[in-house]
Amino acid sequence: MEKGGIIKHDLSKSPKTGDWAYAKPEVDKDKCIGCETCAMYCPDGCIEMIKHKEDAKNKADIDYEFCKGCGVCEQVCPVKAISMRK
Amino acid sequence: MNKELTKKLSAGHATCQGCGIPAIVRAVLGATDEPVIVANATGCLEVTTTIYPYTAWKVPYVHSVFGNAAATAAGIDAAQNALVRSGKIKKKAKVVVFGGDGGTYDIGLQALSGALERGHDFLYVCYDNEGYMNTGGQRSGATPYGANTETAPAGETSFGKAQQRKDLMEIVNAHGIKYLAQSNVAFIHDLKKKAKKALETEGPSFLLVLQPCTQLWKFPTSQYVAVGKLATETNFWPLYEIEDRKYTINNIVKTPKPIEEFLKTQGRFKHLFSDKNKEVISKIQSEVDKNWEKLQKKCI
Repeated sequence: MEKGGIIKHDLSKSPKTGDWAYAKPEVDKDKCIGCETCAMYCPDGCIEMIKHKEDAKNKADIDYEFCKGCGVCEQVCPVKAISMRK
Repeated sequence: MNKELTKKLSAGHATCQGCGIPAIVRAVLGATDEPVIVANATGCLEVTTTIYPYTAWKVPYVHSVFGNAAATAAGIDAAQNALVRSGKIKKKAKVVVFGGDGGTYDIGLQALSGALERGHDFLYVCYDNEGYMNTGGQRSGATPYGANTETAPAGETSFGKAQQRKDLMEIVNAHGIKYLAQSNVAFIHDLKKKAKKALETEGPSFLLVLQPCTQLWKFPTSQYVAVGKLATETNFWPLYEIEDRKYTINNIVKTPKPIEEFLKTQGRFKHLFSDKNKEVISKIQSEVDKNWEKLQKKCI
């Protein structure tokens, strides 16, 4: 701990909450419309919209290092592009 | 990890699977580009994001004790005023307080009232999960009538909490502050819009946000958005704002669903569906209808 009792954020030292998951969300990149609904509701902020193909919309990409496997993204997806797999 | 969303609150915190609190924090803090200082009451958010020796916060963060988050914010505001006066800083940072319903409705109410009355420039966000969820689900002033909690258990002679919930919006409105609103984490665009308005308000502002708790409302981890939506669709939790004492309802539900639709999604209301507790449900429904009518009358 630093002088003055300040704790600084350091992600590399943080606990990896990905090992909580008993099921993992999988994104069907063909169905995903890139609306970002899942990203906003994800409690862990672990869904990012990234470009995976040229001249296509950005699609959801999940960071399994921190995903706790709650299944909220599957439930809120308007086109059912996310499914939870064991 | 989403770099934009985790700018102020990172991943790696220990909220339960499927908890909506971080989504509330990100929506509120994402509504401003200016620097912010966060004060936090004791509660789920505090214990899960600041497990020693880690912190999930990337913005300055102060936690002192349970009941005085608003007083802490008042202190931060006053200190910033002094620093501006002496020329040490040019511009004040926004002060945002996060408190649960325990730290707002019950324990922190007098600190909140004092800070509102003195007119400090801060935003108070209460995430309302309707009980002391961090310590195992004891009843609070926000727990609804008929809910089964640890300190108001349902059984042979009891149907759970026997009192109605406190109307915190009216208590806060009585202080005459410029902006306050009731929102719901399941309507995140509504929450963002209100957070932006609240942060732009000079002086105190207040947001009351419903936060369905997967552990102690007892529903599957994937359902917090669905349960939150039902709360608004049944008029149990209408979305409205009060600007300079003028009420506006943000979503008028044309045909509200019966309250059973909301109650049956949760384990804490399971006992109400037995024969002897039927009248409790009709009492909840009549209370919801009464509150909705009252709110509509205030809008004129």
